[in-house]
Amino acid sequence: MVAKNIGEPVLRKEDARFITGKGNYTDDINLRGQAHAFFVRAPVARAMITSLDCSAAEAADGVVAVLTGAQVAEDGLGSLPCGWMVLSKDGSEMKQPPHPPLAADRINYSGEPFAVVIADTLQQARDAAELVEVEFDELDAVVSVADAQSGPQIHPEVPDNTNYDWELGERDETLKAIENAHHVTRLSLVNNRLIPNAIEPRAAIGDYNSGTDEITLYTTSQNPHLARLVLTAFVQLAPEHKLRIIAPDVGGGFGSKIFIYSEETVVAWAARKLDLPIKWTADRSESFLTDAHGRDHVSEAELAMDENGNFLALRVKTLANMGAYLSTFASAVPTYLYGTLLAGQYKTPNVYVEVQAVMTNTAPVDAYRGAGRPEATYLLERIVEIAAQEMNMDPAELRRKNFIQPEDFPYQTPVALEYDIGDYEASLDKALAMADYAGFSARREASVAEGKLRGIGFSCYIEACGLAPSQVAGSLGAGVGLWESGEVRVNPTGSVTVMTGSHSHGQGHETTFAQLVASQLGISIDDVEVIHGDTGKMDFGMGTYGSRSLSVGGSALMKAADKIVAKGKKIAGHLMDAKSEDIDFDDGEFKVRESNLSKTFQEIAFAAYVPHDYPLEELEPGLTEKAFYDPANFTYPAGTHICEVEIDPDTGVTSVVKFTAVDDFGTIINPMIVEGQVHGGIAQGIGQAMLEHGIYDETGQLQTGSFMDYCMPRADDLPNFDVGMTTTVCTHNPVGAKGCGEAGAIGSPPAVINAITNALGVREIDMPATPLNVWQTLQNATHEDARGE
Amino acid sequence: MYNFNYHCPSSLQEAESLYAKSEDPMFLAGGHTLLPTMKQRLNAPTDLIDLAGLTELAGISREGDVLQIGAYTRHADVAASELVQAAIPALAKLARGIGDTQVRNRGTIGGSVANNDPAADYPAALLGLGATVVTTKRAVPADEFFVDMFETVLEEGEIITAVTFPVKGDAEYIKFANPASRYATVGVFINRHNDGVRVAITGAASSVFRCSEYEAALSSSFAESALNGITLRTDNFNEDLHASVDYRAHLCAVIAKRVIASMV
Repeated sequence: MVAKNIGEPVLRKEDARFITGKGNYTDDINLRGQAHAFFVRAPVARAMITSLDCSAAEAADGVVAVLTGAQVAEDGLGSLPCGWMVLSKDGSEMKQPPHPPLAADRINYSGEPFAVVIADTLQQARDAAELVEVEFDELDAVVSVADAQSGPQIHPEVPDNTNYDWELGERDETLKAIENAHHVTRLSLVNNRLIPNAIEPRAAIGDYNSGTDEITLYTTSQNPHLARLVLTAFVQLAPEHKLRIIAPDVGGGFGSKIFIYSEETVVAWAARKLDLPIKWTADRSESFLTDAHGRDHVSEAELAMDENGNFLALRVKTLANMGAYLSTFASAVPTYLYGTLLAGQYKTPNVYVEVQAVMTNTAPVDAYRGAGRPEATYLLERIVEIAAQEMNMDPAELRRKNFIQPEDFPYQTPVALEYDIGDYEASLDKALAMADYAGFSARREASVAEGKLRGIGFSCYIEACGLAPSQVAGSLGAGVGLWESGEVRVNPTGSVTVMTGSHSHGQGHETTFAQLVASQLGISIDDVEVIHGDTGKMDFGMGTYGSRSLSVGGSALMKAADKIVAKGKKIAGHLMDAKSEDIDFDDGEFKVRESNLSKTFQEIAFAAYVPHDYPLEELEPGLTEKAFYDPANFTYPAGTHICEVEIDPDTGVTSVVKFTAVDDFGTIINPMIVEGQVHGGIAQGIGQAMLEHGIYDETGQLQTGSFMDYCMPRADDLPNFDVGMTTTVCTHNPVGAKGCGEAGAIGSPPAVINAITNALGVREIDMPATPLNVWQTLQNATHEDARGE
Repeated sequence: MYNFNYHCPSSLQEAESLYAKSEDPMFLAGGHTLLPTMKQRLNAPTDLIDLAGLTELAGISREGDVLQIGAYTRHADVAASELVQAAIPALAKLARGIGDTQVRNRGTIGGSVANNDPAADYPAALLGLGATVVTTKRAVPADEFFVDMFETVLEEGEIITAVTFPVKGDAEYIKFANPASRYATVGVFINRHNDGVRVAITGAASSVFRCSEYEAALSSSFAESALNGITLRTDNFNEDLHASVDYRAHLCAVIAKRVIASMV
């Protein structure tokens, strides 16, 4: 299975165009005669629109049209749907409010669009937007998660502002185990709200051809086919075969570009309505206000142990903020991507989790790098760390003691998942060695001698990736299948064009997939071109999220390549007068076993397209194969992250002085790309743990609406990362890969916070551990000490 | 950004007369505060008078114990100036720490001083060193120049032409940066010379200020311990997401002590 090319740190094929400014992003595209859209957004978080007069704006220079929520409704455009049904404990369906692409009468979050101005230039559209006369009857906003259920009801369809009250696991057994346990560790914690901030803001261009009645929508999407499905089947924008979606180069997504937003919907609709290409690109302020945010949980947890520290039961109650509307995948994030991960790497026999999803007058919250799994890992690895403190045990050894062992696989967790394979102790041991855990106390003493505090923290994470086995997902409420498609087109000269339904927006698929296919076909990766991101070119695909591209999309490509080889053997057998089952394919050559006869891959390709000597009665000419791959299970990347921090107690400034990540991603195609993915993920995880926080004030105004206040991690905030790998090969996909895109962001936050609490000698600190927060925590701890507490 | 008229005068006189003739003019002296706010439509001058053409406003010179920096001298040029490095190294270091490379290559000392951002670096140097702000109308001691947040004694149409710094004693500046914006949460500038000690603090309050409590203590004993037990008046201190009043007050002492430690 593993061939040449696989495992090589090949330089990324796509980088030449990215670093020389030859990329083709949505905003780089300009269509002849295009107009520009500027969205008119609510300056308040919750209000009734009492009057709206667009006449002055319509009369302004260059304005083509001003369209409003009323016109969206008149044209019968549907609500932007949430695609994953979650059932409450009582079996009732989740409460989903309508989400109109443009608000018609009610505003539910600050920044929500209620009109769009379309003009010859962006400047004209923006000028005219200021002439839209609107009056609001402002209402009290519901902002915090904790207050959501007792606040004024935001949507008539959602009583108590609660979408669902979901549970997973055995309640009674868990409660009984907690009641009878030797020790129970209890913890309340917040998972801070994050704002994604991909480097390329969202953008869209709608283009309508009245001759063919087709709409082409260029947009910054991680999953163009899914966008087409939603916009056609649910929003009723156009029939599916009359809508083409092109997601060209996309500059980062982190989940925020999975979802179907108002803006691309409106731009496509307006393009047809006005028979005019219409372009919109978000500015950074719009990104802050309207890209789906991430995380934002408030949780309580109890971990029960026997006298030896064996975990007996875990109980979790979580309130998850959904924001003002249910975004495309929002409902699944705090349930099936969160509750199911709460067993972690541990053989805790009883786990019970309850999640209530609540609505607030804030931007919608949805999947953000890791999506649910970082929240689960943070909760679990924080409570395990505190349990070690309370049990007076080494935090690494408490984890080790409770690990699921290699011989336990396949392992059925108490929360629905069946882990196929892993070796958690191998990752822990390698990480302990790389991090020089043994030398930590000496390093701590050295820091103390310099007036600094030093701490070390662990995180043994697991994630469920490779989304997803369709039938499992369907039984859990998913509205779509989660397979992937792949096509390998061999050209007559033997070069190969690969089509994938996955989408690359920074991951390096054009290299990784080329390596995979080149290895299978025994050709150079320079002879493989990977095409993605255009519903007009490739088969339906499910896109990229949930670390699924290689394990699911790559597996589809591997199957397609296998079909190419199988057909090639038939052609080769004909040409060399042998049975196809006597043909071996190795390193780009079809060889007749036990002979010196052979044909190159290129010769076979040529023969397939120039079938002068060809078994046409048995075999079609041409050499193109497709495959769809539906995974049998999720994949389970896992590993250990160890963070070491040094804190200046005078200022609260915390430096991450050492960060070690040892991950098991199964088969690795390109270790350089994998390491880069880990680096980026850890940077985001450290960002969440120490820097980033999306904050609304009590009226629902976003206080962290720019980089002046929203602190993104920068290079000088980060150490050099020590990244290592251990490998257990995924048992159920042909690549053997598990996925690596989210691990860094999942594993790292608790490692950082555990290191900080370890350094400070405190039990808890909330993320982000900013200098102010760390200093204040130290002050409080000192005062408590002074009071003898 | 709204439409505006752009002017690039070649003399101070022309700049003043353009200002007088325009409806709602603003001077542009680098623009790293003004242009972003214009792009966000928070500032909408009818006329932008770019001082970049006034070559007499750029440049650094020293005469005896006076270092003069032209108002249109960019931060990067101050940072790199051998004259500044030799005369007042703390000033070169401060300039090297303003914003990022792009800001330092565009922003000017006059623009920064005229704007008087409460978290800007230069005002701390001017106040700490007892500089003089020279304008088209007068020369104003730094002690009288900075009024309050984004407010100075500059009158309509008055243009800063230079800042003069007395070269005396030694000085140091340390900034504790806001993690997000990297502006000063607290920045402390200390100048020790034969006549005493000057301490200027930026970032902490609504405007840069001289810290008389610290000056008195340090004038009698220039040591970190001299600041122990001093409680600053914090009536006009800033509070935001990144720093509380108490934290800022605490940082004033911590950073001041670090400045002292680097000078003794």
